[in-house]
Amino acid sequence: MAVKEFQTVKEIAGPLVFVEGVKNIGYNELVSITLPDGEKRKGQVLETSRGMAVVQIFGPTAGLDVPTTRVQFLGETLRLPVSDEMLGRVYNGLGEPRDKGPATIAEDKIDISGAAINPYARSEPRDFIQTGISTIDGLNTLVRGQKLPIFSGSGLPHNDVAVQIARQAQVPGQEADFAVIFAAMGITYEEAAFFMRDFERTGALERAVLFLNLADDPSVERLITPRMALTTAEFLAYERDMQVLVILTDMTNYCESLREIAAAREEVPGRRGYPGYMYTDLSNIYERAGVIKGRKGTITQLSILSMPGDDITHPIPDLTGYITEGQIVLGRDLHRKGIYPPVDVLPCLSRLMNLGIGKGRTREDHRGVADQLYSAYAEGRDLRSLSAVVGEEALTDRDKKFLKFAEVFEKRFITQDKNENRTIEQTLDLGWELLSAIPESELKRVKLEHIEKYGKKYRKE
Amino acid sequence: MGVLKKISGPVVVADEMKGARMYDVVRVGDLSLIGEIIRLNGDNATIQVYEDTAGLRPGEKVVNTGEPLSVELGPGLLKSIYDGIQRPLEILKDKSGDFIGRGITASAIDKKKKWEFKPKAKKGDDVTGGDILGETQETETIAHKIMVPPGIEGKITEIKNGKYNVEETIAVVKSRGKEHELKMSQIWQVRKRRPYTEKLDPDTPLITGQRIVDTFFPIAKGGTACIPGPFGSGKTVCQHQLAKWSDTQIVVYIGCGERGNEMTEVLTEFPKLEDPFTKKPLMERTILIANTSNMPVAAREACVYTGVTLAEYYRDMGYDVSLMADSTSRWAEAMREIGGRLEEMPGEEGYPAYLGRRLAEFYERAGRVVCIGKDKRRGSVSMIGAVSPPGGDISEPVSQNTLRVTKVFLALDASLAHRRHFPAIHWLKSYSLYLDSLKNWYGEKVSSEFLDNRNKAMALLQKEAELQEVVQLVGPDALPEKEQAVLAVAKRIREDFLQQSAYHEVDTYASMGKQHLMLKTIMKLHDRLMSAIDLGVQLKKTSELKLLDEISRMKEIPEKEAETKIKELMKRLDHEFDRLIAEVKT
Repeated sequence: MAVKEFQTVKEIAGPLVFVEGVKNIGYNELVSITLPDGEKRKGQVLETSRGMAVVQIFGPTAGLDVPTTRVQFLGETLRLPVSDEMLGRVYNGLGEPRDKGPATIAEDKIDISGAAINPYARSEPRDFIQTGISTIDGLNTLVRGQKLPIFSGSGLPHNDVAVQIARQAQVPGQEADFAVIFAAMGITYEEAAFFMRDFERTGALERAVLFLNLADDPSVERLITPRMALTTAEFLAYERDMQVLVILTDMTNYCESLREIAAAREEVPGRRGYPGYMYTDLSNIYERAGVIKGRKGTITQLSILSMPGDDITHPIPDLTGYITEGQIVLGRDLHRKGIYPPVDVLPCLSRLMNLGIGKGRTREDHRGVADQLYSAYAEGRDLRSLSAVVGEEALTDRDKKFLKFAEVFEKRFITQDKNENRTIEQTLDLGWELLSAIPESELKRVKLEHIEKYGKKYRKE
Repeated sequence: MGVLKKISGPVVVADEMKGARMYDVVRVGDLSLIGEIIRLNGDNATIQVYEDTAGLRPGEKVVNTGEPLSVELGPGLLKSIYDGIQRPLEILKDKSGDFIGRGITASAIDKKKKWEFKPKAKKGDDVTGGDILGETQETETIAHKIMVPPGIEGKITEIKNGKYNVEETIAVVKSRGKEHELKMSQIWQVRKRRPYTEKLDPDTPLITGQRIVDTFFPIAKGGTACIPGPFGSGKTVCQHQLAKWSDTQIVVYIGCGERGNEMTEVLTEFPKLEDPFTKKPLMERTILIANTSNMPVAAREACVYTGVTLAEYYRDMGYDVSLMADSTSRWAEAMREIGGRLEEMPGEEGYPAYLGRRLAEFYERAGRVVCIGKDKRRGSVSMIGAVSPPGGDISEPVSQNTLRVTKVFLALDASLAHRRHFPAIHWLKSYSLYLDSLKNWYGEKVSSEFLDNRNKAMALLQKEAELQEVVQLVGPDALPEKEQAVLAVAKRIREDFLQQSAYHEVDTYASMGKQHLMLKTIMKLHDRLMSAIDLGVQLKKTSELKLLDEISRMKEIPEKEAETKIKELMKRLDHEFDRLIAEVKT
């Protein structure tokens, strides 16, 4: 496609530039803008009609003017040059090197918007990933090809949990060619440095590709950053047969940028000012995970989002939860009690858990133990609020056991060290050990033969 | 032929579109993307495009096909998986690989495959729309009836017998000098309902094997139900369960704007599962429509219409069809997105003002009907729509508009899901308006006491909720024994009856007979408990009965042994209580 250049900017509003007198510009086409002082910025066509194009600029609009700014339409959509050499490199939010290294020598250039995987071509994700964290492995099992977000809040240790997962995640019995793709959107330098330090310390950095859009980088770029990361992930997974873990943080910042652009375009807002198409937009990011029939590589997504005001019904966590295959929720109460990882298991969920567990994958008793722990803990939590009103003495003996169970469950099952890597057997056995405090007749979720086989040794009856 | 003028996301504007009609299908641009006209203004046509519009330029051509968005109907639909505009995903994969490419067309049904056509009508017969010409065995269990398309009538001048593909003529009908060459396939536009003779009142329940639905909140064949719930409350598992175990001959499952992996789950699981009625793989009776969340938004708007049209077509053959739409909220959001691009004046929460009308029109396509055609056969379409209200708050427009038109409300509750009470359908918030019309059926087919037990159980659950409030203040021990007994029985109803594991090989499906016996046992326990307490038996003594554990595990008794085992359990229950009462007396 021919490159066309125009000097006919009509209006600049927020991150949008209206160019007139143009002819037949492609929708979503990439744009290069030359400022009056010669500096260049990139942009993308958001709307095109005969004689007029609306361009969204990546970067600040400071310095742009109407008469002398030149706009070049590049005739192609935004593409990312990809290559094996990307491993170990650090890029900015637009995919340009940030680490003073040379530009990527492209083996291929891939459109970053990505096409939808044909549901018929997908294969069911069912390889159990052991993260070494009991609340995840035991109760909300992660499998390869899953997209599982961490719902957190400001001040909670979601970053520690994320690096612990990235460090410990493995498929038991399989040494795989793995890679970590890390995309930062609007997080602070300190947070980014925390991740980089940890990757460096554990040697993961050389198997990682980092895309950093920090808090002081242009917010519009954040719309591009996760797509850059996922395009790289798709290249490594589907072309290079790697097992890729993508960490996206923080999706809340991404959505804020989306809202900013929508407001600048004067679009009809949906809930809380977020655009009506936010669900579609987010799904275009989250759905880029999975396992494809006949291909060895997989993409597993771990996105972090901080819930504004710890509100799980806020549009960002809400729409995310409707797309992702479950969620890990961190709880402020647990954190205040000094429990790490503060995983509030009740609202947590892994939708693909059933595919990855059971006989031949984890252990035959896994489903039952998980359900039993859940219902016992839920009951204990209810009784906790009841005992706050009527006092512990008013509870029956049976209820007291459940109350005690909830306490021990938090102290021993949820709590673990930042470097503690529990195997799935350890997690399940720990579950049985804690369940031994509950009368056998109350264990309705586990099979009788499993109590016999796994639970008996902990029971003193 | 028109020319593209403006592109903004999935909505584009073309001019020089003289002669275009509303809802005509057009091919947009050099890539020949599929679109549909949704607004006309002079020569200008606004088009929603069913594929990604990146790279389109003003000046590219737009070709009007002159036809509305339609589906192809004929043998070969079953076992298929389609996208929102009836393109088979399997063929798309062959053509464009693992990722869905653009501008690809594919025929919805295999044009080459030969089907054995067995005529049922003969030469010289007078036929009208809906009359059956013959049939062909589509899958092992389903005979596909070949019908005269609606609107055609006349005398059969020729009818064939043998193997033909769907494009070959199998009969010729002559009317007023005009000859219609009929084939095994026909075309129908998706936005128009297929005609029927008469709508009937619902009087038969849709048996789903799910205890809370069949016993507590039944859905009628031809009825409508909605399942609203926040994420993680098990909407999709519920929908899958209903799709798996509904006693209809045909299931149409629409995955509208949902997860790709969930569709894969259906695709891999259904062929392995056995239909409890025919003992054949469930896939044999299923049509899947998969328009995942990252597929183009306009096709999401169309997919529910595609699905319901296919359902109506099988209904017209005289089959009972169940249609699952997961999730209608995504469909409504697609309408909102398109409406926003058209700069329409929004109604509530940005949704278009016509949201309520569209939802009502959609659900109204359900029903039990007398089909067109002389033999007056009956068929039904039952609809079960999932709703995904933001934050689980059903005061939002999609839930509210849906509740206005659906008769069964299965309220999913996040707090139940959190404690792993599945299905997380809340017994106090849900309702079914079909109970009255199904009364006779239950009396005749299950048992005369069935509804009695159900109503008593419901009352107990209501009573439990009231007592719980007291317990919150004074603790359970402060209640009189009888009320403590109510709490104990209500807990049994919740845990031993309402809870049902979708993943347990036996528990996943319970027949009406087993459901009845299970509930009867629990209600018997209640009655015996109450009279025993009156006679001075301590509640504590009764809670020590070993038999209670067996009641808890009734759900795990396989169907074959259920009747004998549960009846025996009831006998022993009587025996045990007689013993306790005797002990008190001595």
